[in-house]
Amino acid sequence: MSRLPVKKTYKLYIGGAFPRSESGRTYEAEGQNVARASRKDARDAVVAARKAVSGWAGATAYNRGQVLYRLAEMMETRAGDLGAVCSGKREVEAAIDRVVWYAGWADKLAQVIGSSNPVSGPYFDFSIPEPTGVVAVLAPEEPALGGLISRLAPVIVGGNAAVVVASEAHPLAALELAEALATSDVPGGVVNILTGLREELAPTLAGHMDVNAIDLTGADGAAPELERLAADNVKRVVHGTPNEQSPWTISKFLEIKTVWHPIGQ
Amino acid sequence: MAQTPVLPRGFELPLEPRLPRIGSVDAVALEERAATLAKRSIKKDSKLKAYDLAVRMMDLTTLEGADTPGKVAALCSKAMRPDPVDRSIPPVAAVCVYPNLVPTAKLRLEGSDVKVASVATYFPSGQAPLDVKVTEVREVVAAGADEVDMVIDRGAFLSGRYAKVYDEIVKVKEACGAAHLKVILETGELGTYDNVRRASLLAMAAGADFIKTSTGKVNPAATLPVTLCMLEAIRDVYDETGRIVGMKPAGGIRTAKQAIQYLVVLHETLGLRWLTPDLFRFGASSLLNDVLMQIRKQKTGRYQSPDYFTID
Amino acid sequence: MSELETRHSPVPALTEWDYAPAPEAREIVQLEKRYGLFIGGKFLKPRSGEWFASVSPSSEETLAEVAQANEKDVDVAVKAARAAFDDGWSKLAASERAKYLFRIARLLQERSRELAVLESLDGGKPIRESRDVDLPLAAAHFFYYAGWADKLEYAFPARKPKPVGVAGQIIPWNFPLLMLAWKIAPALACGNTVVLKPAETTPLTALFFADICRQAELPPGVVNIVTGDGSAGAALVKHAGVDKIAFTGSTEVGKAIQRELAGTGKKLTLELGGKAANIIFDDAALDQAVEGIVNGIYFNQGHVCCAGSRLLVQESIYEATVAKLKRRLETLRLGDPLDKNTDIGAINSKMQLDKITELVESGKQEGAEIYQPPCRLPEKGYWFAPTVFTNVAQSYRIAQEEIFGPVLSVLTFRTPEEAVEKANNTPYGLSAGVWTEKGSRILWMADKLRAGVVWANTFNRFDPASPFGGYRESGFGREGGRHGLEPYLTFEDAA
Repeated sequence: MSRLPVKKTYKLYIGGAFPRSESGRTYEAEGQNVARASRKDARDAVVAARKAVSGWAGATAYNRGQVLYRLAEMMETRAGDLGAVCSGKREVEAAIDRVVWYAGWADKLAQVIGSSNPVSGPYFDFSIPEPTGVVAVLAPEEPALGGLISRLAPVIVGGNAAVVVASEAHPLAALELAEALATSDVPGGVVNILTGLREELAPTLAGHMDVNAIDLTGADGAAPELERLAADNVKRVVHGTPNEQSPWTISKFLEIKTVWHPIGQ
Repeated sequence: MAQTPVLPRGFELPLEPRLPRIGSVDAVALEERAATLAKRSIKKDSKLKAYDLAVRMMDLTTLEGADTPGKVAALCSKAMRPDPVDRSIPPVAAVCVYPNLVPTAKLRLEGSDVKVASVATYFPSGQAPLDVKVTEVREVVAAGADEVDMVIDRGAFLSGRYAKVYDEIVKVKEACGAAHLKVILETGELGTYDNVRRASLLAMAAGADFIKTSTGKVNPAATLPVTLCMLEAIRDVYDETGRIVGMKPAGGIRTAKQAIQYLVVLHETLGLRWLTPDLFRFGASSLLNDVLMQIRKQKTGRYQSPDYFTID
Repeated sequence: MSELETRHSPVPALTEWDYAPAPEAREIVQLEKRYGLFIGGKFLKPRSGEWFASVSPSSEETLAEVAQANEKDVDVAVKAARAAFDDGWSKLAASERAKYLFRIARLLQERSRELAVLESLDGGKPIRESRDVDLPLAAAHFFYYAGWADKLEYAFPARKPKPVGVAGQIIPWNFPLLMLAWKIAPALACGNTVVLKPAETTPLTALFFADICRQAELPPGVVNIVTGDGSAGAALVKHAGVDKIAFTGSTEVGKAIQRELAGTGKKLTLELGGKAANIIFDDAALDQAVEGIVNGIYFNQGHVCCAGSRLLVQESIYEATVAKLKRRLETLRLGDPLDKNTDIGAINSKMQLDKITELVESGKQEGAEIYQPPCRLPEKGYWFAPTVFTNVAQSYRIAQEEIFGPVLSVLTFRTPEEAVEKANNTPYGLSAGVWTEKGSRILWMADKLRAGVVWANTFNRFDPASPFGGYRESGFGREGGRHGLEPYLTFEDAA
């Protein structure tokens, strides 16, 4: 007699925990029932992200780099499970290596993106990058894992907290990643993952007054309307590709602060 | 035509010993120093010695709206005999209560060495007219309090009315008579270590016998860096004027391990002379049982359970 | 009222509170009797046939025997490094190289207690320092440089950086494992292979590092460790197969190396001695400044190239500062490096102890006033009590020469200009400290001080992201930060 396996319940990932949608709804994706997040779930995710920002942004860059490396360790352990919910081994290995790549940027960004500025006058003038805050990310529909990692890693390495809308058709990779996140040292609330219908969730986040930036790489045709909504609180709007890898992707989610101080006895 | 004055010999003006330089405190370095001192590893005999001292330095405290004579009587029993099983454990230094409970404490502690300390001056906020506060001090002293723990007017301090803060302390000290005065700075509300140092020097100049960190009603209460900052101010006053002032961290000290860290900070800042209940107290309540548990662990070699220690 | 409650307890101040010994367990370190040379991923016997003892300076016991590498051994090591470079390391994808370095960083973290104990045993520094400073920083250096390995084009845009090849690295005995990390991490990140010679008196953590390389599955020959005295180092410097030399040590030896390499075209970086001024203004946060002085010269027994060995205190606060300093010295605990409460450990070797003693004698002879707190020096081992000299003239040997021991010279100044003048009045230029609450003065002083590292309101602070290195006779080249990559690369524009 063959053994009956215990089936997994696919829930949301908010504030480091795995709640069901407050609406109680699910939808079917990849043959599974997956939580169908509501506007209120999105609201809760933004609250969790905001709460997490000061701790994460306030951590040393070295610490953030180490935490991301630990995420890579957890993903490596789960490589098989991740491979089963995306295109396979190559995509998983590339995603893990991309996390490691971004981890290494945490304590170097300021040296490449920042500067000391030679103003004319007896002043010491320097510019440093700072995280913008809470970033909404519309993950690309494909690749299910690689696209998500490519947009998520640059957001959080700089000290931001993210609210991610996972691929609608292929959400399982995002939820598998959530399990890796939950067992790494990424603090709860730094990454929040909502599964559900994009047309319900995207406008809520695009128009949310407490979201500082939105990544529309996965928005496809809906981008213009979302950009209009984003204007209401002057969100930083970012467009990218599902496969780019660059420190300038990180800098899109950073502010530059410039400080002056006189030099004198 | 006016004559130029004759300068005193050596051009040194005859000044009374005065306040030390107010100066600043570097927060990063201060916190680092406190953290390094906290790494000291105190073992075996030196640990038992520290625990014994910690008990003798404790001001066992209850400051709740719900305090009753019954509650205070039980606390006093605990104060006089902290560990019913181990007779070698000494009594604590004092019991600290609200003014209404002073008579109960006085009665219950009669004949013992445990002192009665009362809060006063509209504790914990201090936001009342001065005459009301001074009257309160007179009354608790008349009721038999040996020690008075007053609060400074933080509203006045933070709005720059330092003279008011000073005058209030002077008047309260007068009203204390023979009772000794602890001045609570409420460091958690002062914002910076620079302010803690200023308030410490002000309180000592105005006549404080002890300077104390907190009321215990505000977070953060006592911390190691704040304590170090205040001890350094005490040291500077001693160096400049010879005056010896005591110190009391209060609130947030719950474990025996923490108590030892405070004693190390005291030891390595002010030296052996201050390692006495006459000059250092812990304002605490749950700390006592943790110290008792650790003493028993040291003596028996076994980790203890709270079930074996009385809750009073 | 019971008898218990009426018994009076006496309430005297404590007459003494001696901290009981709090030793860190040394059993965590498993030492072999003997260690060969780590070449090509294996431990080899030295062709010289010679071995020498590595001694614990706090007890004079022999910890292990290590090999004396001769010219032939060095040749074998350089060839192994070259083969590893040609065969794969330089051609390996940079992100794969990075992952080896991340592994090494992790392993250093995992084995950090073991390595910290060994470092204190072999070198004499207090366990609190090796545990809380040396080991975490060593791991951090590997973490930091791992991240650069596959990002070099961002560090040097449009320059097409490439590795230099084989790097010969010679390190000192004051921070053995940390100096190894400072050398090996950037070298490997840039795609080079290395032959590293640890200091004669402190070879053991380097040899344990070889085991970490094995656990990380680092390809053989990428890291080679050759132990020995100065002659092994000289052989490495002279070897034609080495493309670059990195040396940290005394100015005297640094100059000799620079002479040796003249005309050879080999790249060179030097990190040499110093005689740093620690400058205290009258508005400094004084208790914290005193802590900074103490940290500046007594941390690691003063065996620090960037030590704040000259205290320049503004004359108006001279008395108060010296009084606080002397009192602070009384709470410094000197003794067993493995005791968790020890602040001052052993002097690294008999030779160094003699040097310190001689210079201190000269200070007394020349007329400076010496102060040492009461201090019980253990019977065995090499020890020197923390020392302060006042009444010091700029010309005294103790104010000019690097003592490399727990000895501070105190001088005074009146104005910021005078402070700068005195601070810069030395052929060295490694570091300086400035203590003042005034921001503009910090920046003004930083601008004027001729030193590669300026610490304001702090001292002896290190981070892999922060470039470190000297001016003038304190050496050239920087370690740490983006700048620390440059010595290990060649560029298309051939700069």
